[in-house]
Amino acid sequence: MSPSHHDTPLERWFHRRGWIRITIGTPYLWLIFFFLLPFIIVLAMSFATRTPTAPPFSFGGENPVLNFAHYQRLFSDDLYIRAYLTSVANAAFATFLCLLIGYPMALGLTRVSRSWRNVLLMLVILPFWTSFLLRVYAWMGLMGSNSWFNKLLTSIYNGIVPADWALRYIPMMNTNFAVILVTVYSYLPFMILPLYANLEKLDFSLNEAAMDLGSRPFRVFRDVTLPLSVPGIIAGSMLVFIPASGELIIPSLVGSSSRPMIGRVIADEFTSARSWPMASAVAIALLVLLVVPLMIYTYYDAKSYEKQREEA
Amino acid sequence: MNETAATVTAGSKGKAEAPVRQKADEPHFIRIEGVTKRFGTFTAVSDVNLEIRKGEIFSLLGGSGCGKTTLLRMLAGFEEPTKGRIYIDGQDMTDLPAYERPVNMMFQSYALFPHMTVEKNVAYGLKHEKMTAAGRQDRVREMLALVQLTEFSHRKPHQISGGQRQRVALARALARQPKLLLLDEPLAALDKKLREHTQFELMDIQDKTGTTFIVVTHDQEEAMTLSSRLAVMDKGQIRQIGTATDVYEYPNSKFVAGFIGSINLFDARVTSVGAETAKVEVPELGGEIEARAIDGLEAGQGISMAVRPEKIVLSRQKPKSGNAVAGVVRDLAYFGKDSLYRVATGTGRVISVSSVNARRVGEAERVADWEDEVWFSFDPSAAILLKE
Repeated sequence: MSPSHHDTPLERWFHRRGWIRITIGTPYLWLIFFFLLPFIIVLAMSFATRTPTAPPFSFGGENPVLNFAHYQRLFSDDLYIRAYLTSVANAAFATFLCLLIGYPMALGLTRVSRSWRNVLLMLVILPFWTSFLLRVYAWMGLMGSNSWFNKLLTSIYNGIVPADWALRYIPMMNTNFAVILVTVYSYLPFMILPLYANLEKLDFSLNEAAMDLGSRPFRVFRDVTLPLSVPGIIAGSMLVFIPASGELIIPSLVGSSSRPMIGRVIADEFTSARSWPMASAVAIALLVLLVVPLMIYTYYDAKSYEKQREEA
Repeated sequence: MNETAATVTAGSKGKAEAPVRQKADEPHFIRIEGVTKRFGTFTAVSDVNLEIRKGEIFSLLGGSGCGKTTLLRMLAGFEEPTKGRIYIDGQDMTDLPAYERPVNMMFQSYALFPHMTVEKNVAYGLKHEKMTAAGRQDRVREMLALVQLTEFSHRKPHQISGGQRQRVALARALARQPKLLLLDEPLAALDKKLREHTQFELMDIQDKTGTTFIVVTHDQEEAMTLSSRLAVMDKGQIRQIGTATDVYEYPNSKFVAGFIGSINLFDARVTSVGAETAKVEVPELGGEIEARAIDGLEAGQGISMAVRPEKIVLSRQKPKSGNAVAGVVRDLAYFGKDSLYRVATGTGRVISVSSVNARRVGEAERVADWEDEVWFSFDPSAAILLKE
């Protein structure tokens, strides 16, 4: 870069002192120290052998340097496969529900007046101001068999069904239903906010143009709004699906112990089983499971974008 | 591929040129009756009455916030009038939603669907028409040929230029063969050269299709060249309706006179009224001026007198006829094809005079120079009397 590019004294100073490198370098350093290094440690640990020492693993010595036993166990013990499937299925279903609930909310946000919009956006974000754990406990209270909420639902249910189907309470706690319910509740803002950011940018005159060309409101939505909001749908779904599939607290507190999710399996391996290598192997497998499809998607997305640029 | 495209173009061009022309004689094709639109306490359009003929290019001209766009949006069906009714071809449109009106609009931003190709954009409105697939395809080809975009049919809107986008928007709006085409500032986003070219193209296309056009614009030149008639709007009301000549040469108010073109405006008092002309006292010009009479003049009445800069002649000697006033050239701007003089009268009032540089002369031989004493004169017919 030639110095003639930097015209003001401030710019010259900034470049001479190498500040630009620091500015660009800081996020990279952050990622190296807090993502790449821990990741390498976890990756290495997954090939170690469990020992009764502290820390409870070792490489070499009487053990092999690279131990693949934990990866083999991932496939031989169906606990892990079932946990992965439960996690992915729960996360996918919760993501789908978040989309179903969040899309109309995000669309509604773009259609109300400015002042209302700020109030409603505030309401979407407000739950973040209380502790996540507290909100899960609140749901436990609501779903418990002796809560007013459960009693209310039970009496409604008993009022509808024949008398011999009557229940004392509706079993909600420690079920997969509870996991999905609380996941949807907790992650809904992560769906609404990116969708809102996307929908808000859409030019409303496109909707008017479609209507002008003979489309009724639903057709306008299907032909214009929906296809143009695909990037928002993808962003929101990623933001919900990825953390939801590794979720630990929700399945631990409200889920059923017979159908563990992968987050809980990792935690159990680390703590009660004290098998750090096994926990690491499960974590790496989860990462591959989640990141690889994402990378493939990003690759093709970038490629099709480039193809469009070339045509133009 | 290229070969077939070429033959298709030639074939559909022939079709497009077939006479679809309608005579511009149907008097009340579009009728706007007492239409008012209020947003809260703000009145955007106030009691507008307008009749537009079939096959006309009609312009709504006015500054921003004058209500022209709101009126256009009510015709399209995007806004509902607070009061009044809108008829198109004898049918009451007032309560019909936009998607059921035989009206299409070309948006100022063009509003092309970014995720669809040019072809799909043009075909979009045909989905709802009762047509065969082949018929639809023919219509799309015909429209693309009409706007000369056949070879770009598979591009996305972001892959073509601004001028091409404008033509896609036009083709899309015309594809359904609407009874009325609305154009919201159709040329505003184009640069000057392209604008002039596109203007004639628009007129050409209107001629070929025979569609009635209503154009909203803030650009008076655009309105005057494009339209057969125009309406000048201000504060939600129509101030004058007429041909470009009517509105320019015979403005009915100070507002219209000042809005279209530039004008020298003076306070005056009527002294005597004749059959053809009237005499008015203009203090700022230091004397009596003879002007073309208008209806309902009375001696002693306060009035305004206006003259357009290009209707004033500068000379060294006092002219023998017409209204002549002495003055001093204060300023002079040379534009090439014409020059603008700012001449101060004895009372200190500065007036604008525009003169065409018909002869090729150097600076030394100019009619007048800075600080020259000159006479400026104008014919009584050039003096416009305005009551409001």
